[in-house]
Order: sequence, then structure tokens, then C-alpha cells
Amino acid sequence: MSLALYGRAAPPMANGEVVFEAPWQSRVFGMARALCEEGLFEWDDFRQYLIAEIEHYDLSHPEGAGYQYFDHFLNALASLLAQRELCAASELADRTLKLAQRPHGHDH
Amino acid sequence: MTDADAPQLRAEALEALLIEKGLLTSDLVDKVITRYSERVGPMNGAKLVARAWREPEFRKALLEDATSVVTEYGFEGGEVQKLVVVENTPEVHNAVVCTLCSCYPWAVLGLPPRWYKDPAYRSRIVSEPREVLREMGVSLREEMEVRVWDSSAEVRYMVLPMPPEGSENLSLEELQSLVTRDSMIGVETL
Repeated sequence: MSLALYGRAAPPMANGEVVFEAPWQSRVFGMARALCEEGLFEWDDFRQYLIAEIEHYDLSHPEGAGYQYFDHFLNALASLLAQRELCAASELADRTLKLAQRPHGHDH
Repeated sequence: MTDADAPQLRAEALEALLIEKGLLTSDLVDKVITRYSERVGPMNGAKLVARAWREPEFRKALLEDATSVVTEYGFEGGEVQKLVVVENTPEVHNAVVCTLCSCYPWAVLGLPPRWYKDPAYRSRIVSEPREVLREMGVSLREEMEVRVWDSSAEVRYMVLPMPPEGSENLSLEELQSLVTRDSMIGVETL
């Protein structure tokens, strides 16, 4: 066994790239899983929304340009919550707009 | 893009609303994130692979009914209805994809890397697996068969890679440390 082979043996947990590229992505993932674990929906129900989102993207972007998985993940979660009347789309849009209008320096 | 279209603001707004509605707490979301970033990951799959290399009986059980084996281990990571482990051999190379979204065996591999979810991988690994594998650094002999497995909500796949040459005398722990996430997706050979 060569040292070189052994040397690349990083702990398996660490040998991938980061799963989340921004904190909001981990929050969205955490929200979806937490809501599922709280029994508000089945993961497979969420998955159907995610598939629909991604299919819509795939069909309109045959080259795959600009694909952002977690944007679709967020859209899927928002659609599911709207459909289940847990959080209306208009409510989310209003709150987002309100956050966008915060004075700079107060956005976190 | 205006600020109001920015996903981080939508995410922040959504979390605030869900908390106000009493559906979530920040603490609950924090706990989920911590679990998936610290305790769920490919180190679990690596344990299975190393043991399968070492113990023929375990390897047989893993290939026959991985779901039961994983259940016994009690790994965290959400629901895996059915886990199937497919074995690489000198004749057959296996690779895993989810063509529709991002189905992945969290309990044994953690959360999927970015490329696994990208349209290019999802489509090309099916249409031109050898080319994609070559680009990812796996060169296969012409006569080798390539099998691509499409994970879904019902069945999720993991690859049992072949052990690296010269690893016969290593301890179980040393073997585990040689197993990479990508080798268990089937886009790397060890």
C-alpha cells in the first residue's frame, strides 16, 4: 500500500464539497425536513412538488444553463405550503418584499 | 433580479412566517441542520463497505437486503424505504443517479453533492455513462459493462466499490477511511 493512496484518505464526511453553498439553502432544507418530521406532510409529497419544479426547468432549459437546485427546492416548498393552506403565496410575497425594503445594514 | 426575488430573502420570509404561525421554531430547524451536517454522512456508508470487504457473510447480507442491514445499524437520515446495494466487479461497474430530482440514500451517504443534482449529470449519466465516467476520472475497460441505477422515492441505490489494491492487511478503520463518497455513488474507483 503506497503512502500516496493512504494520504488521500480524508474522513469520508469531509471528502465532499460543501452541500450548502449559502446559509439560506441550509435553512430551507432544515425547514422542509422539520415540517416533514412534525408530520405536516410526507417527504414524498414534497418530492412530487420538487419533481414538478425541476421538470418545468428542464423542459424550458434544455442546455441546463443557470440551474440552481435550491431555488427549485424553495419554490417547491412554497408551492406545497400554499397548496396545503399553511402559508399563502401572497403572504410570502408580501413578507419578502417587506424584507427587501429594509434599510441597508439591517438585512440580517 | 430585484431584492424581492432573491431566494435568501424568500427563505428568510418563509421561516419568519412559519415561526409566527407556530408551525416551526428556529431551534427545530437548527437541530435538523446540525444533524444532517454532523451525524449523517458518507462515513456511515463507508462503515458498511469496509465491513463488506472484510466479512463475506456481511457482504452477502448487504447485497441481498441492504434495507435490513441499515435498519439494524440505526443510522439517522430520514426515511429510506428501500436501500439496494449494487456491487462493482471486474466485469461490471455501477453508477447511481436520480433522473427526476435528487433522491439519494441519506442514511448512508448524507446529502448529495451539487453535481448529483445538476441537469447535466442527471441526463448524461444515462445517455452516455462511459463518457461521463471518463470525465469524472473513471476509466473503464472496453469490455466492462456499465449499469446505471435510477434512485427514486421507493428505491435508493448505493454502490459497493471494489477495494483498492494492497488493502488486504488493513484494519477495519483504515479500510473505512479509504472509502470515498464518490466511490459509493459509482463515479470513482478506489
